[in-house]
Amino acid sequence: MNIVLFLAPFSVGLGLMALGAFWWTLRAGQYDDPVGDASRILLDDDDDRPL
Amino acid sequence: MTYPAAPAPDYSAFLRKREDGARSLDLLVKGARCANCLAKIEREVQGLPGVASARLNLTTGKLTVGFDGAAGDAAKVVEALDKLGYPATPYDPAQAQVAHDKEGRRLILALAVAGFGAMNTMMFSVPLWAGIFGQELGPATRTVMQWFAAAVGGPCAIYAGLPFFQSAWNSLKRRRANMDVPISVGVILTLLISFSETLLHGRDTYFDAAVSLLFLLLIGRWLDHQLRAKARGAAGDLLAMQAPAATRLDAQGREHRAPLSEVAVGDLLVVRPGERIPVDGVIETGATDLDNALLTGETTPAAATAGNAVRAGALNLSGVITLKAAARSEDSAVAAIARLVEAGAQSKSKYVQLADKAAGLYVPVVHLAAALTFAGGWALGLGPREALLRAVAVLIITCPCALGLAVPAVQITASARLFRKGVLVKSGAALERLAEVDHVVFDKTGVLTEGRPQLIEADEVALLRAAPLARASRHPLAKALAAEAGIGVVAAEAKEHAGLGVEGLIDGRPARLGRAAFVGAETEGDGETELWFAEEGHAPVRFRFSDTLRPDAVQAVAALKARGLTVEILSGDLATPVARVAETVGVRVWRAGLSPFEKAEALEAMAAKGRKALMVGDGLNDAAALAKAHAAMAPGTALEASQNAADLVFSGEGLMAVVEAIDTARQARTRALENFGLAALYNVVAAPAAMFGLVNPFVAAIAMSGSSLLVTLNALRMGGRK
Repeated sequence: MNIVLFLAPFSVGLGLMALGAFWWTLRAGQYDDPVGDASRILLDDDDDRPL
Repeated sequence: MTYPAAPAPDYSAFLRKREDGARSLDLLVKGARCANCLAKIEREVQGLPGVASARLNLTTGKLTVGFDGAAGDAAKVVEALDKLGYPATPYDPAQAQVAHDKEGRRLILALAVAGFGAMNTMMFSVPLWAGIFGQELGPATRTVMQWFAAAVGGPCAIYAGLPFFQSAWNSLKRRRANMDVPISVGVILTLLISFSETLLHGRDTYFDAAVSLLFLLLIGRWLDHQLRAKARGAAGDLLAMQAPAATRLDAQGREHRAPLSEVAVGDLLVVRPGERIPVDGVIETGATDLDNALLTGETTPAAATAGNAVRAGALNLSGVITLKAAARSEDSAVAAIARLVEAGAQSKSKYVQLADKAAGLYVPVVHLAAALTFAGGWALGLGPREALLRAVAVLIITCPCALGLAVPAVQITASARLFRKGVLVKSGAALERLAEVDHVVFDKTGVLTEGRPQLIEADEVALLRAAPLARASRHPLAKALAAEAGIGVVAAEAKEHAGLGVEGLIDGRPARLGRAAFVGAETEGDGETELWFAEEGHAPVRFRFSDTLRPDAVQAVAALKARGLTVEILSGDLATPVARVAETVGVRVWRAGLSPFEKAEALEAMAAKGRKALMVGDGLNDAAALAKAHAAMAPGTALEASQNAADLVFSGEGLMAVVEAIDTARQARTRALENFGLAALYNVVAAPAAMFGLVNPFVAAIAMSGSSLLVTLNALRMGGRK
C-alpha cells in the first residue's frame, strides 16, 4: 500500500509534466506553421529560431 | 502610348511599431507553396536595405518583415516580391484576428487538460471497477483511490468544463436551453454526487465519466471551431487586404493617395487604366472604356467621356480620367449593395441547425427522465440518496456526447473532402442549407462563362490584316483579336483613342479598329459584342465576339437536372448573349438585363414561394442575391464582396464543383441523421437501464465511449477517397 501512495502521485506528476510541455509548445507557437516547418528542414542556411 | 507613372503606393499605414521602437510589416503573399519559394522570398527580402528579419508562414501565406530602426520602406518590399513573381499585399494585423486565435487556443488547452484528466482519473478508477469482477477492494483502499480520482478529476473537469458552463449560462440568461445546459447540469451534478460519495465512503463515484465526457465533447467542439476558423481566416484575409485608397488632386494639381473614407463630395480624383473607380462620380476630363462586368454583368466595355456618370467598382480599361466625386464611399451604389448583403446575412442567421433541433428535443426529455427517476425512486422507497444516484446515472448515461459529436464530425469530414476538391465551406450551417436546395440560379458572366470575350466568327484574311492594330491596343476585345491572330508585327504610329478605338499605319496605309462610328461603318444594332476594322480603300469588316462558356458548363447543368433540381439564369447582360448561353447549356428559364436589386427581389420571390434556391454568382451585382439565397456559392475569381456573401467558395475552372458540393452536402445530411438515429437508439436502451439501477460507473464509462466511437466512425465514412 505504501508503494501505491508513492507511485500514484508520481505517475500523476509525470502526466502533469507532459501537459506542461504541451502548454509550452502551444505558447511558443510550434503549431502555427506546420507546412513551413516541414519545408524548412530542407533548407541549408536556415536558422530554426522562431520569430 | 505611355501614361504618366503612378505615384508609389503609400503603405506607411500598415507599419506597426514594436516595443523596441523598430517597425514591422505584415504582408499576405500569394503563390508561395514550397521550400524553394520560402527560401527565395526570405533571402530576397532579408537582402533589402533596412530589413532586419523576414519570416514567412507557409500555412497562412503571411510574411512578417522587421525593419532596422524606425524607418521602413514597405513599398520596396512589395516591389521586390512582385519582381520575384509573388504578388503581395500589406494587411492590417488589427483586422486579421485569425493569427491570434484565442478561442481555438483555449479549446485545445481545455482538450489537453481533459485528455490528461481522463487518462489519469481512469487509472484510479480501474481498481474501483475491479469490484465488478469480484475483486472488491477494502473500504479504506477504495476511499484512497476515490480521493486520488477526485484530486485529479475534479480540477480537470472544472477547467475543461468552463467553455460549456459559460455557454450554458449565457443561454439560460436568454431563457433558452441549448445543448450545453444538460451537459453542464450533468457534469456539475456528477461531480457533486461523486464528492459526497467519497466523503461518505460510498461506492459510486463518476469522476472518470465526467472528465471523459468533457474530453469527447471538446473534440467535437474543437473540430467545429477549426472548420469555422479556416473559413473565417479566408474571409478575414480578404477584408484585411482591402486597403481602399484613391488618388486625389489638390488645388495645385498635385496627386496624393488618400484613404477612401476621406474622399468627400466634389473632390477631383485621378483614375488610371487598370484601376477601379473608387466612388460614384462624373468624369471631368479624359475618355475611356469601362468594364462594368462585376457591377452589371455586361460583357461589352462601355465608352465613357467627360460629363458621363460613372459608378464605383467599374474597371477603367483604356484612358486616364479625372472624375469629380458625386458621393462619399459609403453612399456609393456599392455600399447600398453591401447593406443588402448585411440584411441577407442577418436573415440567414435565423436558420436553425440540425444539432440545435436535436437539442431542443433532447434537453426536456432527458431532464424529465432524470426528474422522474428521482421522484419515482424516492416514492418507491429507495431513499433520497439512492434515488439521486440513479437520477445522476440517467444524466450521465444518456450522455449527449454522441449527439455533440454527431454533427461536427460529419461536417468536418465533409468539408475536408470538399476542400481537397477545391471548395471552401464557410460554415456547417452552409452545408446543411445546401443539402435542402431544390432550385439552382446561375449568373451568366463569370460563372457559366469565363468572363473573357473570344472571337466567334472572323474572316481569316481580315483577321491577319487587323492584327497589327489589335496588338497595339489594350482594349480587351482587341486583345482577344490579337490572341486569335498569334504573334506578329505591331502597327506603326498606333494611337489609342479612349472610348473609340485605335488607329495606325499598316503597310504605310492608315487603318482604324474600333467602334462602328469610329471606322465609319453602320452598326447592325443587334446587341452583339463587336469590333470594326477599316483600311483605306477597303469596306469595313465586322468581328463578332462572345464570352466563352466554361468547359464543363453543359455537363454541370445536365448533372444538376439529373439530380432533380430546376435551373434558371438571372443575368444583368443583354438578352441576345444570355439567350445564346441559355440555349447552349440547356436552360429554358432565363431573365436578362436585371439590376442587382431586381436579382435580389427575384430570389426573395422564390423564397416566398417556398423554393429553396442555390445562387451561384460572382459579381457585385450578385452579392445581394447571394445573401438573400437559401444557399450561395461564388467562384474564387469573384469580388470580395460576393465571396463574403457566399456560403461556399469554389476555386478552379470547373462548374462541376457545384454538383460535387451539393452531392457532398446531401450525403453529409444523411450521415448526420444516421448519427442521430444511432445516438437515439443508444439512449432508448441506456436510459431505462439507468432508471432501474443497472448502471454502475464501469458500465457508464464503457457505454459512453462506445457510443461516441460509433458516431465518429460513421462520420468517417464520408471521407471517401474518390
